[in-house]
Amino acid sequence: MPSALRHLLFIVAPLLAVFAILPSVYENHLMLFNFVVFLILAQGVNVIYGFTGYLPFGYVGFFGGGAYGFAVMVMHLHASAPVAVVVAGLAGVALGLLLSPLLRLSGAYFAIANLAAALAVLHFVANPALETITRGPYGVSLTATFNPNAAYAAALVVLALTMGAVVFLKNSRFGLALQSVREDPVSAAMAGVSVVRMRVIAWLASALIAGLAGGVYAWYVSVFFPDNVFSGTFSIFAIVFALFGGVATIVGPIVGVLLLYGVYNLIGFTTPQYFQLIYGLLIMGLVLFLPAGLVSLATRRGWHVP
Amino acid sequence: MSPKSAPILEASGVVKRFGGFHALDGLNFHVAPGEILGLVGPNGSGKTTAINVISGLYAPDGGRVSFRGQSVGGMASHRLVHLGINRTFQVPKPFLSLTVRQNIEVALAYGRAASAPPAMASLLDAFHLSEVADRPARDLNNVQQKTLDLVRALSTGPQLLLLDELAAGLNPTELDWIAGRIKALAQAGMAIVVVEHLMGFIEQITDRVIVMNAGKEIFEGTLAVAVTVPQVVEVFLGGEHAA
Ligand SMILES: Nc1ncnc2c1ncn2[C@@H]1O[C@H](COP(=O)(O)OP(=O)(O)O)[C@@H](O)[C@H]1O
Ligand SMILES: [Mg+2]
Repeated sequence: MPSALRHLLFIVAPLLAVFAILPSVYENHLMLFNFVVFLILAQGVNVIYGFTGYLPFGYVGFFGGGAYGFAVMVMHLHASAPVAVVVAGLAGVALGLLLSPLLRLSGAYFAIANLAAALAVLHFVANPALETITRGPYGVSLTATFNPNAAYAAALVVLALTMGAVVFLKNSRFGLALQSVREDPVSAAMAGVSVVRMRVIAWLASALIAGLAGGVYAWYVSVFFPDNVFSGTFSIFAIVFALFGGVATIVGPIVGVLLLYGVYNLIGFTTPQYFQLIYGLLIMGLVLFLPAGLVSLATRRGWHVP
Repeated sequence: MSPKSAPILEASGVVKRFGGFHALDGLNFHVAPGEILGLVGPNGSGKTTAINVISGLYAPDGGRVSFRGQSVGGMASHRLVHLGINRTFQVPKPFLSLTVRQNIEVALAYGRAASAPPAMASLLDAFHLSEVADRPARDLNNVQQKTLDLVRALSTGPQLLLLDELAAGLNPTELDWIAGRIKALAQAGMAIVVVEHLMGFIEQITDRVIVMNAGKEIFEGTLAVAVTVPQVVEVFLGGEHAA
């Protein structure tokens, strides 16, 4: 069996099945929805960071942009929710194109510039002068499309597409070429790889993923303010989850989300002080002992991790 | 001994500046298909910079680089690779966390070799990398990493191959072996530029040498003649003492 098919059958399908069934046996739907959203975002970070090495500290910019793309479509053009989600994804891509010059930077410079760019998008959207379009700082209320069950299903579709993209990257020459660019752009060019084109494609793909996630999020919650959908927590959580599990793998970000967001939900609300402590220790331990994520426990032993 | 065919690469008056410093200061040379050209000169004379300009890492600030009659100065590296130019690096640059096989696979897939490049298995075999094929490149020793650099270049089916101190650090057995490989490639029609400090190695494989100093050529001809030219001798002795 080709490994791509194996990955789809034994990783992606069970994950989707579990999250499709859980809402009927567990009543905290919002929490399940958030799990799905973070799975999508962590895999989106995986696409750009794991396969190209760009750390997107402002990843939430695409997410918030997608949420507002959805809102504008619904409020002003009375679009149906699925159409508005597609537009949310396109809004992410458009922002990605606008920000593509950032790819000339590298390392911390890229991360910081991306963070600043996300803040700029937030303040643009939240500008009172744009009240007639985005409602500015006053937030949006999208009662016309309110349907959490449908939004949850849409989130699963976006997760499926995202996982499909990661499986493709993991099993294709295209994904290998991206990784070669991450490893050494000069050598990648000498292997015949167009470094700039590769980076832009991965960047836009990860922007699309976050835009779609923002769209389904807007659909699900239906009432939100700029500070909600542009909250830096989305970027930080998505990055920490992806890195904790291990990027450039299919399972790493999944493991990261299930474990860390699980811990967060177990103790994060009831005893936030312990949560902060445990989180801090986990992250420090990770950086010190497992910089390549939990999956490196296996890869160090020479086991292959999909 | 030098082949009669028309040059595949011609550099004329090539200039490359770093700030106010002229790393290449009007460099001229050519190389023909099937020929092995030695590029020698003291440290800092611009040999690596010449290779970097020809392989598209830097755009020249003046002069002309033409490959198969086409002006290619300033063209992006991957496009030069597709045209048929490739190189190795003085300090090898493999994709460290990818396996040896994956390192080669990228070049085979994206190199757009004009004629079908050798198959993966025969490349691994010919360059003694079969045993480490599924290990990450960071596990390789320096000689193996240099070999992998060479195999990546060959996977793109180059017509012009630029080797930057490939032989440095090899033991005598390995030197003989790699010399044989390079000669075989030239015999198959590849134009090869060899940058090297080991004069024995240069003598063994090159048809002709260019001696560089301060960014331009000061001698062109066979190594046997080069060592009788006072200016060349002086540059080498002076260069070695200064270095
Ligand atoms: N990227 C660079 N920036 C600044 N100076 C450089 C750069 N690359 C090379 N040089 C300078 O150009 C000169 C030629 O270097 P190089 O081509 O590496 O010499 P060689 O390979 O003959 O030893 C040296 O003085 C070196 O310091
Ligand atoms: Mg050099």
